[in-house]
Amino acid sequence: MRDTIEIRWHGRGGQGAKTAALLLADVAFKTGKYVQGFPEYGPERMGAPITAYNRLSDKPITIHSNIYEPDLVAVVDDSLLETIDVTHGLGPEGAVIVNSQRSKEEIVSHLGGFQGRVYVIDAREISVQALGKYFPNSPMLAAVVAVSGVMDPQVFLQEMRTSYQHKFAKKPEVIEGNMKALELTFEALK
Amino acid sequence: MAIRERLSGNEAVAYAIRQINPDVMPAFPITPSTEIPQYVANYIANGEIDTEFIHVESEHSAMSATLGASAAGARALTVTSSCGMALMWEELYVAASDRLPIVLALVNRALTGPININADHSDSMGARDSGWIQIYAESNQEVYDNFLQAFPIAEDPRVHLPVMICQDGFITSHGVENILLVEDEKVRELVGEYHPEHFLLNSKEPMAVGPYAVSNYYMETKRGQREAMSNAREVILELASKFEEMTGRRYGFFEEYAMDDAEYVIVLIGSAAGTCKAAVDKIRQATGKKVGLCKIRVFRPFPEKELALTLKDRKAIAILDRSEMFSATCGPLGAEVQAALFGVKSQAEAVNYFYGLGGRDITVEDFEKVYGRLEEIARTHEIPDMYEYIGLRAK
Repeated sequence: MRDTIEIRWHGRGGQGAKTAALLLADVAFKTGKYVQGFPEYGPERMGAPITAYNRLSDKPITIHSNIYEPDLVAVVDDSLLETIDVTHGLGPEGAVIVNSQRSKEEIVSHLGGFQGRVYVIDAREISVQALGKYFPNSPMLAAVVAVSGVMDPQVFLQEMRTSYQHKFAKKPEVIEGNMKALELTFEALK
Repeated sequence: MAIRERLSGNEAVAYAIRQINPDVMPAFPITPSTEIPQYVANYIANGEIDTEFIHVESEHSAMSATLGASAAGARALTVTSSCGMALMWEELYVAASDRLPIVLALVNRALTGPININADHSDSMGARDSGWIQIYAESNQEVYDNFLQAFPIAEDPRVHLPVMICQDGFITSHGVENILLVEDEKVRELVGEYHPEHFLLNSKEPMAVGPYAVSNYYMETKRGQREAMSNAREVILELASKFEEMTGRRYGFFEEYAMDDAEYVIVLIGSAAGTCKAAVDKIRQATGKKVGLCKIRVFRPFPEKELALTLKDRKAIAILDRSEMFSATCGPLGAEVQAALFGVKSQAEAVNYFYGLGGRDITVEDFEKVYGRLEEIARTHEIPDMYEYIGLRAK
């Protein structure tokens, strides 16, 4: 395995792809990794396509460029599939996770003949079931952890609980919902 | 024991400001530096520091208020980027000539136009003649470490000059990375209390700051600034050595990476150095070719002698500029490094590159190409243009 796992996130401004990348960096950091989480900024508009990146490694990371040959791609909004080549630079040993309510076959047909693993996760369904609202971040994060194998799922869940307790100190009612969203995602990907 | 954390470059600078607890911080928001005053305002609101935050209506006012506070005897700083600094232009020169030990956290961003919010060095390079000390960083760790050293350098009686602590917009300012933080007590020990020798609010010593200087005085003032800038060299190294004792992290005027036996050398400033290091490791591992990197940390004062000494006997050198100066020959770093090489009658071939303007990405592969080009230049001794481009689209 390569020293560094490289992940590219595609989303739309305001959906939280950048936040998800930073959360992933956070939780990987807590398990002792060297991490990078960074957004690529263009004009800052709600709804515009945005890209964010992660490098996660057991060794210090010095590279400061964007990621062109990721190991994993996470697509937070499936409407991007029509306009962006989300699997660009992703080799056949790589994987793509798409948040969508569409069927896997339909998603694959939009991936330009991509040969690697494809995972479709219905973050809306999971989020609404767990939280009563649509926040795609937690399911997407869990999906990335499950598919990349970058950390032990149990350790991840523990760290996320601590992180949510901190983040939602003033809204403790959403902690369990978010935890449930993570667990449901793991189950869905089994 | 150092504190293991992960922070963005902006968070790291704000954290350093909290640890220093300066007296006055006027600031006006501009991307990508806005987060710094935002985080500091949080620290103030939470009662963690008692810095006087001044909400101003522009960057012109931000630097003016910083000047006023500093002249009055306060430890003062401000934060900005790009056009924000352009609006401070007049005051940058006033800060330096009034010998005010102000610190400016600059998050480097391209100057308009076309309008662009991403990293390049056109803002600080444009201010290279303003009389400020300029210290640049490769990573979040470095911008934090540099910031901790800034006030002691600025306030040293041998120096008394403003200091600009620069980092690359978004690349480090918004990128989260691992970082080792210094404990608050140790920071306080390093930075110390500020006791200005002369200040406006000292009723026992009435003085004027920034009065009109007729021709009969102006030139000596400039000569004095030059002396101070020259003195800054030893003070910067003293601070670096204190800092190394405290943290184990070593700093100087520049960092030499794989330079002991290097024949082909890249010279550059800022965050791209990390990517270049990866290229150096990759090339050396795969081919054994003797490639190296010289990363400039201190651009003002310019470490001409030291740099010339380390570069003069290499086979070929590429000097990379992240800003244009439209001399239609080379960029600011290119010009100064080549002047330094000329001064020691170096026979090394040198070529200047422009890269990364307006945030254009630079990759490990780009650096591999530059090293390849250096080999070619060393072989053919042919440099058709004084400058080349990295990552420029062909029409």
